[in-house]
Amino acid sequence: MKKQYFLNANIIDTHNSLNEVGGLIVDDNGLVEAIGKKVNKNNIPSREKVIDLKGKYIFPGIVDMRVFVGEPGYEYKENFRTLSNAALSGGVTSVVTMPNTDPIIDNVSIVDFLKRRGRDKSKINIFPTASLTKNLEGSNMTEFGLLQKKGIIAFTDGLKTIQNTRLMSRIMKSAHDLNSLILQHAEDLELSKKGMINDGIISTKLGLQGIPDLAELIIIERDLTLLESIKCRYHISQISSKKSVEIINERKQKVKFTCGVSINNLSLNENDIGDFRTFLKLSPPLRTEEDRTSLVDGLNNKTIDVIVSDHKPEDEEQKRLTFAQAATGSSGIETLLSLSLELYHNGSVKLETIIQALTSNPAKILKINKGNLTIGNDADFCIVDINKPWIVKKEELISKSKNTSIENKKLQGKVTNTFVKGVELFKL
Amino acid sequence: MAIKSNKAVKISQKHLLGIQDLSISDVNFILNEAKQFIKLNKSKNKKLDTLKGKTQINLFFEPSTRTQSSFELAGKRLGADVMSMNIVNSAIKKGETLIDTAMTLNAMHPDLIVIRHQDSGACNLLSQKVNCSVINAGDGRREHPTQALLDALTIIEKKEKIQGLKIAICGDILHSRVARSNIYLLTMLGAEVNIISPTNLMPEDIEKFGVNKFSDMKKGLKDCDIVMMLRLQNERMTSSFLSSNREYYEYYGLTPDKLTYAKDDALIMHPGPMNRGIEIDTNLADDINRSVIREQVELGVAVRMACLKIFCT
Repeated sequence: MKKQYFLNANIIDTHNSLNEVGGLIVDDNGLVEAIGKKVNKNNIPSREKVIDLKGKYIFPGIVDMRVFVGEPGYEYKENFRTLSNAALSGGVTSVVTMPNTDPIIDNVSIVDFLKRRGRDKSKINIFPTASLTKNLEGSNMTEFGLLQKKGIIAFTDGLKTIQNTRLMSRIMKSAHDLNSLILQHAEDLELSKKGMINDGIISTKLGLQGIPDLAELIIIERDLTLLESIKCRYHISQISSKKSVEIINERKQKVKFTCGVSINNLSLNENDIGDFRTFLKLSPPLRTEEDRTSLVDGLNNKTIDVIVSDHKPEDEEQKRLTFAQAATGSSGIETLLSLSLELYHNGSVKLETIIQALTSNPAKILKINKGNLTIGNDADFCIVDINKPWIVKKEELISKSKNTSIENKKLQGKVTNTFVKGVELFKL
Repeated sequence: MAIKSNKAVKISQKHLLGIQDLSISDVNFILNEAKQFIKLNKSKNKKLDTLKGKTQINLFFEPSTRTQSSFELAGKRLGADVMSMNIVNSAIKKGETLIDTAMTLNAMHPDLIVIRHQDSGACNLLSQKVNCSVINAGDGRREHPTQALLDALTIIEKKEKIQGLKIAICGDILHSRVARSNIYLLTMLGAEVNIISPTNLMPEDIEKFGVNKFSDMKKGLKDCDIVMMLRLQNERMTSSFLSSNREYYEYYGLTPDKLTYAKDDALIMHPGPMNRGIEIDTNLADDINRSVIREQVELGVAVRMACLKIFCT
């Protein structure tokens, strides 16, 4: 690999508190050699080929903490290859994959297979999670210790919540002993049973079973109460309501934990469901505009640590049904950054805060050396034309599944190049 | 018998999916059209050729007696060829999706599809996939527009107006499409609507639709002109909403005692089928001086004839 020189970029690396105009040198091993304002034309040999970015942005490769990949078992929805290509086009270079595949990632032998597939087929960094309970049944714990040794970085039941409080306390105790990270999907499954959208005026109008925000709040309160006595690495995958923001803000004064939010809940509200748009059937559901703005505030005041895509590829057949029958979730990994930038362009969130929530914060929670451009690290990064306008078109999406929640939306800001370990794997 | 139609007035919608989509003039247009059929339905020769040569498909995914037969009869009286699909024996039970069914039926060039489905929004989905007009005969808990229209017509026939009347809708509001359609229609036509239901069966934010809500039936019935009872939809209840039917009857069943809180000339309505002794006292249901339940069924045919005629492409 030849050495690469990038100049005149706006560089933001929140891990290293870097926000300046400068350059980036990637060495011949694909590692960061130098970065920042000290990298300029004057200290680069004149014979070298230099890429002038003319004010475009360089961000560390995005770390997406919540991604569903169809492999193994649902390759028709998404496989590692299609996921990689979709991710790269959105500047995502590391993903945390969910364990609800077929078979479910709940034992050591399947992890070996997964790691091999990930290594052979994927161009991006795959960080697999395993389930908290065997077969996602919510009754018996998986082997956190042994699974971690195989490379599992966190544990979650994905779309399911640990409903049983006694089991949850035991999971937390094990996580404490083994230093394991728990990712909880916070939803009281009895309160949300058969629910499809936020419980309120829209659910009443559309005649759809509602999911009250209390279903989320109750699990969060329960878990945080347990956490006061049992210290462990605990992260709430996604929150969706004002009530959740408030309780988390309050409890963060007392106890250490983190929480995430889906870009869908930050950008859309229940009114977007309109006339039964099944692509907006999501979990957690889109809630009111008041909830949405409260989530934005939560991101600004650091109540919320992470933004995720909650990328859930579903083939169109699963969405071309009545709302009750349609699958839940939307594809979103390739629009994660651009949609997040909407919050910057409309003045609601600082650019640094967004980049932090997409790169250094998730990496810190996961304890992985990603989401930064520290000298000597893998040069995983993306180049972004932050003002470039574009329209989300279903047929132009790269992911194998086209169930985007923002079809035809006008966005501003597009990734033009993405590099993993110094190799350019995406170019617009 | 020739029926005059007012060609100058047009309906604003292609489909009849819900009252929510209709304007006041749409509603008045349908109700005026329906009035013309009331007499016809009482006469000896009930057959017209208004929809001669037209094909009407009734697609019922849920069991229904009165609505299905009412639509079938309405179509036949207007001279349409009516086909009622028996879903139990159809490919849908073999896993065909609603959209595929729609495509199949659409290829047969129907002029009208009447659909009842257990999922809210099913008629909206169907209407996007077929060329002809779709009439909603009830979708999940969302809307049942022809029921609300026939209820309105019944009230107008008996009380000569709706504007200014106080109307109570009592019972299982949460699962009721009849309640939702009636709330939209009766408030649109200027009635004051009281919703009476145990809180467990009250939908979230219902007061935002411009109604008053009560969990005390006697308070809710006070000075009402119309008492509309709803059926307790046990089949839609996924978990325990109520302790027992007898307790429900005690607090929310319409009894002669509770009816005294309403106006002396208050009328009783029910969309049927009734659970006698659960939501309504059996004698009250049959009281010809108070109950207009039979008239509702009768006018139902007239309203559906009007809807078929107006929406037929």
